[in-house]
Amino acid sequence: MKITLDGKILSIDKKMTILELCRDNNIEIPTLCHMDMFSREDAGKNASCRLCMVEVRGKLVPSCATDIFDGMEIITKNDHIFEARKMVLDLIVSDHPLDCMTCEVAGDCKLQDYCYDYDVKGTTYPGEENHFEIDFSNKFFYRELDKCILCKRCVNVCNEFQASEALTVANRGFESKIAVEYDRGMGDSAVCVNCGNCVSVCPVGALVPKSKVKFRAWETKKIPTTCSYCGVGCQMNLVVKGNTVVDVEPLNGAANKNLLCVKGKFGYKFIDHPDRLTTPLIRKNGKLEEASWDEAYELIASKYRDAMSEVGPSAFAGLASARCTNEDNYLFQKMVRAIFKTNSVDHCARLCHASTVSGLAATFGSGAMTNSIDEISETDVIFVTGSNTTETHPVIGSRIRQAVKKGAKLIVADPRRIGLFDNAAVGMQIKPGTNIALLNGLMHVIVENNLQDREFVAARTNGVEELYELLKSYTPERVAKICGIEADDIVKAALLFGKADKASVFYAMGVTQHATGTQGVMSIANLAMLTGNVGRSGTGVNPLRGQNNVQGACDLGGLPNTYPGYQKVIIPEVKSKFEKAWNVTGLSDKIGLTVTEITQEIYDKKIKFLYIMGENPMVSDPNLDHVEEAFNRLDFLVVQDIFLTETAALADVVLPATSFAEKEGTFTNTERRIQRVRKAVNAPGEAKADWTILSELMTKMGYETHYDSVDDIMDEIATVTPIYGGVSFKRLESESLAWPVKDFNHKGTKFLHEGEFARGKGEFKPAEYVEPKELPTEEYPMILTTGRILHHYHTRSMTGRVEGIDELYPESFIEIHPEDAAKLGIKEGEMVKVTSRRGAIETKTLITDRVALGLVFMPFHFAVGAANRLTSSTHLDPIAKIPELKVSAVRIEKI
Amino acid sequence: MTEYRIALRNSGLIDPNDIEDYIKNDGYSALAKVLKEYSADKVIEEITASGLRGRGGGGFPTGVKWKFAKSYNDEAKFVVCNADEGDPGAFMDRSILEGDPHSIIEAMAICGYAIESNQGLVYLRAEYPLAIKRLQNAIDDATELGLLGDNIFGTEFGFNIEIKIGAGAFVCGEETALIHSMEGMRGEPTLKPPFPAESGYWQKPTNVNNVETFANIAPIILKGAAWFSSIGTEKSKGTKVFALAGKVKNVGLVEVPMGTTLREVIFGVGGGIENDKEFKAAQTGGPSGGALSKDFLDTPIDYDNLIAAGSMMGSGGMIVMDEDDCMVGIAKFYLEFSVDESCGKCTPCRIGTKRLHEILEKITSGNGEIEDLERLKKLGQMVKETSLCGLGQTAPNPILSTINSFKDEYLAHIVDKRCPAHRCSDLVKYEINPDKCVGCTLCARACPVNAISGSPKKVHSINRDLCIGCGACDTACNFGAVFKN
Repeated sequence: MKITLDGKILSIDKKMTILELCRDNNIEIPTLCHMDMFSREDAGKNASCRLCMVEVRGKLVPSCATDIFDGMEIITKNDHIFEARKMVLDLIVSDHPLDCMTCEVAGDCKLQDYCYDYDVKGTTYPGEENHFEIDFSNKFFYRELDKCILCKRCVNVCNEFQASEALTVANRGFESKIAVEYDRGMGDSAVCVNCGNCVSVCPVGALVPKSKVKFRAWETKKIPTTCSYCGVGCQMNLVVKGNTVVDVEPLNGAANKNLLCVKGKFGYKFIDHPDRLTTPLIRKNGKLEEASWDEAYELIASKYRDAMSEVGPSAFAGLASARCTNEDNYLFQKMVRAIFKTNSVDHCARLCHASTVSGLAATFGSGAMTNSIDEISETDVIFVTGSNTTETHPVIGSRIRQAVKKGAKLIVADPRRIGLFDNAAVGMQIKPGTNIALLNGLMHVIVENNLQDREFVAARTNGVEELYELLKSYTPERVAKICGIEADDIVKAALLFGKADKASVFYAMGVTQHATGTQGVMSIANLAMLTGNVGRSGTGVNPLRGQNNVQGACDLGGLPNTYPGYQKVIIPEVKSKFEKAWNVTGLSDKIGLTVTEITQEIYDKKIKFLYIMGENPMVSDPNLDHVEEAFNRLDFLVVQDIFLTETAALADVVLPATSFAEKEGTFTNTERRIQRVRKAVNAPGEAKADWTILSELMTKMGYETHYDSVDDIMDEIATVTPIYGGVSFKRLESESLAWPVKDFNHKGTKFLHEGEFARGKGEFKPAEYVEPKELPTEEYPMILTTGRILHHYHTRSMTGRVEGIDELYPESFIEIHPEDAAKLGIKEGEMVKVTSRRGAIETKTLITDRVALGLVFMPFHFAVGAANRLTSSTHLDPIAKIPELKVSAVRIEKI
Repeated sequence: MTEYRIALRNSGLIDPNDIEDYIKNDGYSALAKVLKEYSADKVIEEITASGLRGRGGGGFPTGVKWKFAKSYNDEAKFVVCNADEGDPGAFMDRSILEGDPHSIIEAMAICGYAIESNQGLVYLRAEYPLAIKRLQNAIDDATELGLLGDNIFGTEFGFNIEIKIGAGAFVCGEETALIHSMEGMRGEPTLKPPFPAESGYWQKPTNVNNVETFANIAPIILKGAAWFSSIGTEKSKGTKVFALAGKVKNVGLVEVPMGTTLREVIFGVGGGIENDKEFKAAQTGGPSGGALSKDFLDTPIDYDNLIAAGSMMGSGGMIVMDEDDCMVGIAKFYLEFSVDESCGKCTPCRIGTKRLHEILEKITSGNGEIEDLERLKKLGQMVKETSLCGLGQTAPNPILSTINSFKDEYLAHIVDKRCPAHRCSDLVKYEINPDKCVGCTLCARACPVNAISGSPKKVHSINRDLCIGCGACDTACNFGAVFKN
C-alpha cells in the first residue's frame, strides 16, 4: 500500500490503523478512550472520545479505528485538526472539575497532559455539570464520577478483557455515567471482583486506588517485576516513592497482557507491614528472642555439626519454597544435597502437582504445562476440570473468558458450580474424585463416534489398544451415574472436544489432589493424545501451577528424586556430574523423602534437623494436628521467612528474609516462562535475601560459596541445568524465555512435544476409575473438598496483612448447600463444628448452591478454623505421594 | 404535480389483516417472479438499475448495499427491516406497516433471496402496538400459506421473519446501534467500517433497509427498473413519502415523485399555509435536518439538493412554519430532542449538543451575547465533523440552517432582547394600550404575580420587571388592550 502521511510517502505491507501507522512513524496522536489492548478489528467498538482525529481527504476521522488503505492521504497536523481536538478537550473540561492542584492523579493524568498540549485553560462553553457523591464503598479504590470523562476504558477492560462484566454505562446522553448493577456502590457489586483493572486504565482521576501514602507521579520510580502470588506470572511495575511501594501497574507481559487480579494490583501492602521480621530470632528459654546474624549462623552451624556427627545425613531434611526465586531454590537444594548429604528436599509442590509430574512424565516424558497461556486465544475448545480458574489463576480465567467471547467453546467439570460455569457450553457438576470416570466416558464417546485422531495415534503413540479395551465399559450412562451428571452432557462435551481442530485441557488440584491423582493426570494425557491435541499451538495438557515459582522450585531440584532440570539422583553419571560441578564428594544416590514422608519421619523421631525456607506447612499441609505434633518432636527447626508464620512460631531459629520487592532473581511461571524479579525497595531492618542467607550460612557450615550477585547463581544454574542452558540475566532483560532454553542461541519453547514427545513416543496409560478413599458414612455423612478463594493467597501470610482483603475475608468459612443447612437447622453465618477422622474445627457457614447436596467446601487459607486439620495425610497417591486433600468425609454439627 | 403512490400503493385501500386482499393486488407476485425467473444477481442488478436509494434518510443506493451484503459468505446472514421510526412528526413507516404489512414481508424475502439470507428481523418500536400486531398477523398468515418458511413456491429458498421490539431510542435508527439493541446490548452506534454487510447482527453479514425502502421493492420487480428510474430526478429516482405537518392546510402523508418542489408540496398538495399566513420555513429531515426558507421553495426536492441546502431528506418529516414561528425556538426544540436522544457515547454529541442547547437557552431567555452566534457556528460545525454517528453529525443542522437563513431573528433575540414571533416567553413582555384599557381590573386579578397595577376605571399598567410573560392578562382582557412587545 502507498500511504501519504503528512506529505511523506510510505510503503506499507500490512493492515493497520492510522494510529498504529503514526506511532510507527513517531507522530504523536492524543488518545483518551483508545486502549492498545484492543485488536485492530475491535478498535472501532469504542472510538468515542474523538480526540485522535486526523484528516483524510479533508474529512476528520478517528485515527484509532480507521484502517489505512492504498492511496490514503493522511494529515495529522493543521489548524483544523488542532481546533477539533481542542474543542473535544474544551467540552470535556466543561464537565470536569479543574482541581488539578489537589487531584490525586495530577502528573499522571492524560487529560491534564493534553490540556497543556492544546492550551486548554478551562472551558469556553460553561454550562451544567454532573455532580455525584464520591463512592468509597470499594475496599481498594474509590470512584469520583465528577472526574469521569466517559472514555469507557474501565467498561471495556472489565467487559472485554477482565471479562467480569461488572461495569456498564447507565443513563444516556449528558446524564450517562459508569455504573455497576443496580447502580450500587462499586464495593457493593456482586459481580465486581476488585481486580482493579478499571483503576489501572482510567486516564484521569475517576478511579483511584486508596493509598495511605500521598505521592505525585514525578516523585516515584517504576520497577518492572513479576507478581509474587499465583503461577500466572503477571508482569507489573512496582511504583515506589522513597522506600515504599505505593502502587502497582500491570504491564504487557506474555501471560497477563496488561491485566492483574486483586492480589497483584492491591495485595502489595504486606511489603512494609510492621509484622515483617527484621532480625534473626533464637529460641531461648522457650521464647523467640532477637539475635544477631552471627549468633544465628553459629547456632545453626553447630546444630548441623552435632546432628551430622551423631546421626548422619538421615537426620536432615529441608523444605524448599515455591515462593522464593529460582536462585534461592537452587542454593537451598544445593545446601541440602552438598552439605546435609541427603536428597530429602521437597516442597509444597508435593501437595499440588506431584501427580502431574508423575502422570505426565509417564505419558509424555515431561511434567509441565505443554502450551503457553497466550495460546488460549487460538483454541477452539477449552476443557477446564478441577480448576476454579477465575479465582485461583484469575488472569488465566480472564483469558479463557476472552476466548469464549471470541467464539471458543468451554467445557467445565467441577464439584462446585464455579464461575466458569456461566461461560460454559457444557458445565458438569461432578462428584469429587470422579474425574477418571468422566475422562474415560468422554473418550468412550469420542471413540464411538470415530473422532479420534488415528493418524496422530498411529504415528506418535503406543498402547492405544489397551485404552480402547478399557473404554468399552465407560458408557455415558454408567459414567453419568458415577459422576452424578447427565449422560447427554457427557456426549455433548465429548463431541465438542472430539470435533475441535484445536482443543486444550486446563486442570489443577481437582485432578491432582487425589489418591488416584497420577491416574487422573494420565487420563487427561490419554484424552489429549487420542484426539491429537498435543504438540501443536493452541492445544495441550495444561496443569495450572498454584504458586509464583512452584514450577521453578521443581525445575531447580526442590524435589527428592531430581537434581535441577529433572536429572535423576539415582543415575550415577548425574551424581558425578554434580559432585564435579559443586566440588563435593559423597552426594546421596538415594531418592530422598517427600513432604508427607518427612513429616512422618520427624514424627517417628528419625529426622532431627529441619530447615524450612518460605513455607508454612502448619497451615498448608494435611492433618495439621499430626504436623504440629511432629514439629514439636524436632531437635532443631530453622525457618526462614518474611513473617513469623504459624510454622516460624515453632522454630528454634527464625531468619528474616526479603520479600519479592526487595530482591533480584527469577520466577518461572506455570507456562515455563522464566521472568525477572527486581529489587524495588530496601529490605526492612536486617532482613537479607534468601540466597544471601543461604550463601553465608553454607560458608559457615564449611562449604565456601562465592556469589557476588544473584546473576552468578543463574550462570551456575545454566551450566548444570540443560533446560535452563541458555538462560542469563542479560538475555532476560530483552527476551521472554520459556524452557527448554537449550543454549544461548535458542529462543526457548512455546509449546512442548512438537513432532516428538519428550520421551519419544507418547504412552497411553489407561486408568480405571477407583472410588475415593473416603466415602460418606453414617458417622461422617458429608464430603468436604478444599481449595482457594480469589482474594486470599495460600496461608494468608501476605494477603492476611493487606487491609482491604482481610476486611473482606477475615475468617474461615464452609460452603454448604441450602437443603443440607436446612436439614441441620443451620443459618447463614452461624458457627458450626466440622469433624473428620483427623480432627475437628469450628467455622462459619456460607449457605450456597455452588456446592452440591452432600458436599461442603472450605478454603484452606486460614490458620484458625483450618481446613487442613480435617484432611488426611495418609490417603496418598502411591506414585506421587500426594495426599487426597480434595475428599474427606466429615460431620457437621450445630454448636 | 400530484401525488404518485408506490410505497403507499395499498395503504388504506386494502385490508391489512387479509392476505388474500394483498395477493389480489399483485401481492407476492414479485417474490414469485424472482424465485422462478431471477438469479440472486439479477435481482440485485434490477434494484441497482432502478436507482432506488435508502429512504431512511441516508440515501445509500439500495442495490449496492445488497450487492455488498451478498459478497460476504457466512453460515448465517440476516435481512433487517429498520422500523424504528423516530423522527418527530414522521409516520410513513407506521402507515405502511399498519396498512400494508405484506409489502414489507414480500420485499424482505426478495432481499433474502438476493443476498442469500434465510432470516429476516424487523426492529419495530414498541410505541407502535398496532403495527406490531398487524405485522405479526401478516407474518403468521404468510407462513401458513407457505409464503414464508421453507421451500417458498416450491423452490429451495426458505425465509423466516421475526419481530424485535425496540425500547424507544432515536439513536437505534442508526443501523449499528439498532443491531446492538437487537442483540440485547446498549443501543450505541459503533464506527463503520465494518459495515453491517460485513459484520452485523451477531457479527454476521447483515443488510439493513428502512420500511419505506422495502415498500418500493415489489413494484420495481414487477414493473421493471426502467419504469422506476423514469420517475424522479437524475440521481434520486422514484417517489418519496413526506409527513406533511405544521402550519399547512392539508396535513398527512404525501407521496410525490422526487424532484417535486417544496412549493408544489406545501402549496399544491398541502393547500397552502393555514389561515393564509405567510410561509416562513419548512423543516425537512426532522431533528437531523434543517429549516428551508422561502428561498428554497422552488428547489426540486431530492437527496442531493436538500444536503446542498443545509438540510437533508431524513425519513421524510416536513414541518411547515409560518410567520408566527420563532426560528431560534424551533432550533432549540430540535436540539432538545437531540440532547435527550444522544446515547452519550462520543464526547461531541454527549457534551457538545448539550452546550449548543444551553447557548440557545441563553439566547431565548434574553441573555445572549453577540459572540454566541460565532460559538454556535463553531461548535455546531465541530460537533458535525467529529461525532461518531449520524445523530451527532446532523444534530447541529437545525441551528446552522436557521443561523444561515434567519440570522436576523437571532440578532433580534441577542441584540434587541426581542422575539419577533413573540414565542420566547422570557422575551415576551405584555403591555397595556392605554387607549383601549377601560380599567375593568380583570387583568390585574388574573395576574399570578401581581405585576399589574391600576385602580378601577383607570388605565392599568404592567410592571415589566415583575411580569413573567404568562399571558394570563391577555386572555383575561375583553377589550384587546393587552399586547405583546
